[in-house]
Amino acid sequence: MGHVYMPILVLFVLAAAFAVGSVTAAGFTGPKRYNRAKVDAYECGIEATPQPVGTAHFPVKYYLTAMLFIVFDIEIIFLYPWAVTFSKLGFFGLVEMVLFIGTVFVAYAYVWRRGGLQWD
Amino acid sequence: MNQLISTSPLSLPSRAPVAATEATVSTFGHDPWWLILGKVVAVFVFLVLITLFLIWAERRIVARMQQRLGPNRTGPFGLGQGLADGIKLALKEEIIPAMADKPVYFIAPIVATIPAFLAFAVIPVGGVVSIFGHVTALQVTDLPVAVLFILACSSFGVYGIVLGGWASGSTYPLLGALRSAAQVISYEVSLALALVPIFLYAGSLSTSEIVAAQNRFWFVFLVPSFVIYMVSAVGETNRAPFDLPEAEGELVGGFHTEYSSLKFALFFLAEYINMTTVSAVATTLFLGGWHAPFLLSRVPVLNSGWFGLVWFTLKLLTVLFGFIWLRGTLPRLRYDQFMRLGWKLLIPASLVWLLLVAAMRTLVVEDVNLRRNLVPVGIVFVVLLLLVSFWPSSKKPDRDGEGEDGHPEIAVGNRAFPVPVLPGEQTDPTLAPREVTRA
Repeated sequence: MGHVYMPILVLFVLAAAFAVGSVTAAGFTGPKRYNRAKVDAYECGIEATPQPVGTAHFPVKYYLTAMLFIVFDIEIIFLYPWAVTFSKLGFFGLVEMVLFIGTVFVAYAYVWRRGGLQWD
Repeated sequence: MNQLISTSPLSLPSRAPVAATEATVSTFGHDPWWLILGKVVAVFVFLVLITLFLIWAERRIVARMQQRLGPNRTGPFGLGQGLADGIKLALKEEIIPAMADKPVYFIAPIVATIPAFLAFAVIPVGGVVSIFGHVTALQVTDLPVAVLFILACSSFGVYGIVLGGWASGSTYPLLGALRSAAQVISYEVSLALALVPIFLYAGSLSTSEIVAAQNRFWFVFLVPSFVIYMVSAVGETNRAPFDLPEAEGELVGGFHTEYSSLKFALFFLAEYINMTTVSAVATTLFLGGWHAPFLLSRVPVLNSGWFGLVWFTLKLLTVLFGFIWLRGTLPRLRYDQFMRLGWKLLIPASLVWLLLVAAMRTLVVEDVNLRRNLVPVGIVFVVLLLLVSFWPSSKKPDRDGEGEDGHPEIAVGNRAFPVPVLPGEQTDPTLAPREVTRA
């Protein structure tokens, strides 16, 4: 069983070597002409506002999207094995899944109604 | 595990006996080391070459669509353009922004590139062949959970984008990275849901077995699944018209604004490989994989072994042309329109369609032959989808200060997201109660 994953590991090593090599090589292949304006954050020509990494603010909507994603991702994780063994489960499997999707759908309808899917 | 999957009685009623050239999960894991190495290098080279080709093809095709010539100076038909661009990028100065978080800034392009390559490992590009007397399938490897592996790789790639945007220490890349993260996770849901009907038919998550299950007819007959998958795939790979993370007009270059030289090239490479991978997945899961199209599949020689490589590449390039065509045709969506399409149309549509297919399958398994009815049902479903998405809004143009869903458009002040009322700020009394009940 572990053997099946072996080629993936080899491909990983090859891709990693290529990526690390490129990132390292970038420091040697190009010219180096220092200019203070070059290392400023790009803001279309105006004097950039100093903004250290990790201090920026962004809309709370992104968190909400991430949380909703988790709900649906869990649903998908349950759907995949169900789909693979579907014909063994027969009518029982269908009823079970209708109940499950129905339950998640209630949560979905609630979020929609409360404006959780409204971006602006 | 292998036994369980390959012998489970999940085949379609009309599926032909699996030919000797079809692989299953148990075919894999027996290659000698030189064959593994050869396949891995072949896939790596294939992906790099197709990226170089795509850079050229995209510019040429979009140019033709815009009545221009496109790049035609480097080599015959300008075919060397991709390589020339790569060399040019390598010879550019590497600029590291002063505010950047250096280690993360360096790691991000690596994190974006590796999973892009990995996902292609489980794509079957041909049937079972004999290489130097060794019988093997034209596929690096296959897993009982191959499709899950592809999904995992494609979502892992977004870490590179988010880390890159975050570590740049600049406003535009951060916004681009956030958009990208929200976009990928939103469309991941509908993309993954659109694939479930296929597993209902194939009874397996292994890519080679899904291709084998398409021996008789392709899964593209699950039309709504295919449509939802393709729309989601465009969103998932940040391609036009869903290229909001790198919207030039508003975010300069998005997450890679502060990247230059080969690190920029790596992000570029990752984007094109991701596009290739989602096209390859579409080919594998919906378009019969490496099987010969239509009547040609009746000829055994054309439908096995090395010929699979030809059909696979042709189908792959056709899907990729679709991506380029979209870019040449459609304008970019606004972010709220884009999120609305994903969350309010694609996700419920794929869930309803999934239940429809499951109900149909149950009837088939219980020996009621309704499979032929699935195509008309699917077409009606697609027409309904289109009607819903293009239904003209009955609302009159905004005069009452309310948005489409009755939310106050400008609640307090002129702000895009909720902020508490500041001392001395005027609130609109007609809007205030509504905001309390709805927010």
